[in-house]
Amino acid sequence: MALLELRNVTRRFGDFAAVDDVSLSIEAGEFFTLLGPSGSGKTTILRMIAGFDFPDAGQILLDGKDLADTPAEKRPIHTVFQSYALFPHLSVADNISFPLRMARRDPAEIRKRLTAALEQVRLSGKADRYPHELSGGQQQRVALARALVNRPRLLLLDESLGALDAKLREEMQVELINLQREVGITFVFVTHAQVEALALSHRIAVMNQGRVEQVDEPARLYGFPRNRFVADFIGHINMMEAQVAAAGHSHLHLAVAGLGEIVTPLQKDVAVGDKGVFAIRPEQVRIGLQADLAELKNHFPGEVHSLLYQGDVSVYRVRLPNGKVVEALLPNAAPGRAELFRMGAVIKVGWRHDAGVFLHE
Amino acid sequence: MRRGPWLWTAGLAAYVFLYLPLTIVVAYSFNDSRLNAEWVGFTWHWYRELFQDQDMLNAAGNSLLIATLSSLSATLFGTMAGLAIHRYNFKLLNFLVLAPVAMPEILLGVSLLLFFIQVLNLTLGMLSIVLAHITFSIGFVAVIVRAQLTSIDESLFEAARDLGATPWKTFRYVTLPLILPAVIAGGLMAFTLSIDDFVVTFFTAGVGVQTLPLRIYSMIKIAVTPEVNAVSTLLMLLTLGMIVLASRFAPDVLKGKI
Repeated sequence: MALLELRNVTRRFGDFAAVDDVSLSIEAGEFFTLLGPSGSGKTTILRMIAGFDFPDAGQILLDGKDLADTPAEKRPIHTVFQSYALFPHLSVADNISFPLRMARRDPAEIRKRLTAALEQVRLSGKADRYPHELSGGQQQRVALARALVNRPRLLLLDESLGALDAKLREEMQVELINLQREVGITFVFVTHAQVEALALSHRIAVMNQGRVEQVDEPARLYGFPRNRFVADFIGHINMMEAQVAAAGHSHLHLAVAGLGEIVTPLQKDVAVGDKGVFAIRPEQVRIGLQADLAELKNHFPGEVHSLLYQGDVSVYRVRLPNGKVVEALLPNAAPGRAELFRMGAVIKVGWRHDAGVFLHE
Repeated sequence: MRRGPWLWTAGLAAYVFLYLPLTIVVAYSFNDSRLNAEWVGFTWHWYRELFQDQDMLNAAGNSLLIATLSSLSATLFGTMAGLAIHRYNFKLLNFLVLAPVAMPEILLGVSLLLFFIQVLNLTLGMLSIVLAHITFSIGFVAVIVRAQLTSIDESLFEAARDLGATPWKTFRYVTLPLILPAVIAGGLMAFTLSIDDFVVTFFTAGVGVQTLPLRIYSMIKIAVTPEVNAVSTLLMLLTLGMIVLASRFAPDVLKGKI
């Protein structure tokens, strides 16, 4: 049985459905992420799980039990808020032991757990400090310790890394992964940052306009987006109009106007004649001279249209015979050389027959 | 921006206008003469006189008692009103609590008088004065408490509940400690408003009870004696002390630090 289950949950604000018939199930021990642009309903879902907001329809179940009649303070679910929400009038130690005192644990137990929690987030020396005396990263760790100290069944994180600068963010991501593995508590993380979601999660639910577009493991989500929204929202992707010309036993043959035929892996629910787009990631697109790409099933002539040097990689924009421009990502393995191909150079563009996906309109 | 000499002069004039009368009262309270006409010499005489005037001491005692009782009650109710206004964002409630703050005192005095006599059938005295003072102080406390509440991150209250605090415990361990400075500031404000109130007290005091401002008024009907100067000086010191204390606790909004 799933630890947390959302069954057809809907939440309306006036005529606007912030959350529209969402069903999800989250397993114990999972690091689960709700990913989506702002206004996609992910925070509303989090607030309903925490008990600050209530569904207009549908159920939220924890261990199979409906949470509808359990107020926020009685749910074994704690939250790390976006602003951390540390109590400014309480010291680090008092902040962290707050949930233990509210649960009326005995003083010896509180002391023991507090010490362990401080150690876990490496703040043992800061127990008597006040929140305003701490750095952003330290405040973040206090908020984490406070939310974990009473061992909730579920930890909710609301855009919790959003306030940190890029460098600290990466460090905290690693810390979060380690912490989650250590404590074994189920994390539900809300973010609009797709890179963060991919790095942290066991599974991701991509949300758009109150609906779940796709739930999958990061690599599957990235590799096999189910629709245009997911493909576009996660990472970069090239798209071109295509129509299914033939379906073999393992491959699809797509017809692309002005270009010819593209071979791509077979997919479910696709029939000959279907119209849609062919989508492929820039790092799957290879460019080179005639001979280099000859063994690829998909290869076309192209002309280098523009080039963006980014240090670790260069992004080449190549114009295909049908006028469509595709991006190709090339790692800059050779130091001190920004361009392998000049602008305007006539080259070959290609990709493997097991790359890319066909997406319905 | 360079501030020109005109601005300085205008500023200075404003302060002179505000504080010169007060300075004169203070100065003459130490003047060794019955007349507020010319400086004769320094004396503590009028203060000694003051502390032997039994009527004056009674009036001062009444004033302190009324101020204490009314400010404590106004603090309690004002805080509750401030919390309610903040929580429910109920425009009418906001208006109803704050209206007495802006209402002309004379109107408040007359209406309270009618209310006490005709509706409550109350004998005017200490009780009616205390009730009247609570009425006009609540709004001030509510305003200050609400100002503090708006400056607090709403997620703190949610965090408290999220971490297992019942609504009461959330109030006890999070809300109250965070608004306490405003509550104290509001209480001190209510105290000063009560101790020097004349108009409302005049209408609701009846005949038996005299407060310090009423006593001073009845004395100057004859003449502004040095004794009046002395008691005014003491009253001024008390009020100033309270204001200084209140502004220490007051939320930043009221200190003009928005």
